[in-house]
Amino acid sequence: MVAPPPPVHFNAVTKHFGDGPAVLDAINFTAREGDFIAVIGPSGCGKSTLLRLIAGLTTPSSGSLSLQRQPPVDAVVELAFVFQEPTLLPWARVAANVALPLRLRGVPSNECADAVHRCLTQVRLADRADAFPRQLSGGQQMRVSIARALALNPKLLLLDEPFGALDEMTRNHLNEELLTLREQAVWTAFFVTHSISEAVFLANRVLVMSAHPGRIQHEVTVDLPYPRTAATRQSSRFLELTAQLSQLLHAAETPPA
Amino acid sequence: MNAKITCLVAPVVSATTFIAFWYGVRGMMPADKKFMLPLPHDVATALVENHTVLLHASLNIALGASIGLATATVLAVGLAILMSTSGFIRTSLYPHLMMLQMMPVIALAPILVIWVGPGLPSVSIITFLICFFPLVVNTTQGLLSTDQKLVEMFDLYRASRWQQIRRLRIPAAMPYFFTGLRISGILASIGAIVGDFSAGSSANDGAGLGFLIIIYGAQFKMAELFATVISGCLVGFSFVLVVHRMSWFFLHQWHDSYERSDR
Repeated sequence: MVAPPPPVHFNAVTKHFGDGPAVLDAINFTAREGDFIAVIGPSGCGKSTLLRLIAGLTTPSSGSLSLQRQPPVDAVVELAFVFQEPTLLPWARVAANVALPLRLRGVPSNECADAVHRCLTQVRLADRADAFPRQLSGGQQMRVSIARALALNPKLLLLDEPFGALDEMTRNHLNEELLTLREQAVWTAFFVTHSISEAVFLANRVLVMSAHPGRIQHEVTVDLPYPRTAATRQSSRFLELTAQLSQLLHAAETPPA
Repeated sequence: MNAKITCLVAPVVSATTFIAFWYGVRGMMPADKKFMLPLPHDVATALVENHTVLLHASLNIALGASIGLATATVLAVGLAILMSTSGFIRTSLYPHLMMLQMMPVIALAPILVIWVGPGLPSVSIITFLICFFPLVVNTTQGLLSTDQKLVEMFDLYRASRWQQIRRLRIPAAMPYFFTGLRISGILASIGAIVGDFSAGSSANDGAGLGFLIIIYGAQFKMAELFATVISGCLVGFSFVLVVHRMSWFFLHQWHDSYERSDR
């Protein structure tokens, strides 16, 4: 049996902008199919750059990066990006926003309807298909953004602090929803966050990064079984892991003496 | 409710005051100067008596203004899209556009009359020249002011250049475009009247309000002159109304310049 090609593979990747110092340095990492990888670290550690590299929005300065053994720009793997802000088109109704990635692929609008309905149902917003983004709350807008990301049936989902601007209740709720979505379709996820508890709740692998230059300092495996629910946050293992990560993160934030 | 009543009553009160003031000023004028300021009801009579001529002249102005404004809109949007795609095109054309705007259009009138003949052709071109600049500048600005995060999202989905223009830059430029159109909509009827004033013609029933002004002026028909001015206001007002309705139609559902509907 040949092992399936890894969805994402970093090989000694570095990244610096212009003549500036390295933003990312010596990144070696392999994602397995179906991994939910949370990335935490102090600001300026290159977390977002890591995602942008995977998405092909920027290229490594040295080293190599492949998606299923192909460079990101040529990769056929379907990927979606959920940004920090909902980044919805304000002039388009919710349904049209969700259909956008399909429309950009040249799918005629009448053939998008099913996919749009499926994705909006998954984020429980099917009844708001005709609304304009400004008529929705921040949490709802973010759910539309996720529905849009799901429209292409991605195999790789990149989320850059998608819930950072939301209150904790909404954030917890959306985290649970995200895991429910994950049960319905298999995708590999990279999830950048500032919140340790969010990282532990969602991920099976957590990368702790340090800044200047951005490096992967630790990898922590989260052995909490899926499906995880609100009750998971009360389990002692959850608390143990958050405490451990909190220490590692603190160490990563403090520059070595 | 109170505010609504105020909205209706206040302009009526101010208008009545103004007309009373008008009668007062006229009453105080020496007898030999009274012809300079016709009484409001004389102007009203002139409006009624000459309504066929004034309506016809107004429609001629509206036609010239429409042709000029429509052509300006189409060409300005086309040029704005072109300029938004390349900084080189932008820098090579912008100084010339500035020149075009600085040009005293009225001085072009004799040239235009010789080139394309008096009447509608000249009037339309003068209107076009006056309306073009605000449209092209605002639309270009709009096309270039697209939210960078949305551009990145389009890049991520590997949108083609044309898809990015059509689905992102053009809708995002709409509010800017309408800002330009509001300015040009006001300028259009003024431009057409000025054009008609200097390049108008009565041939083929083509006389507009500008042409009437010359005739009435030569005859010292003061009440008729005032009636012509009022007709010009009405033409201008109808243009502004149409532009505002269009702007509302395209923007009210999503743009923050219009009040949020439901939440």
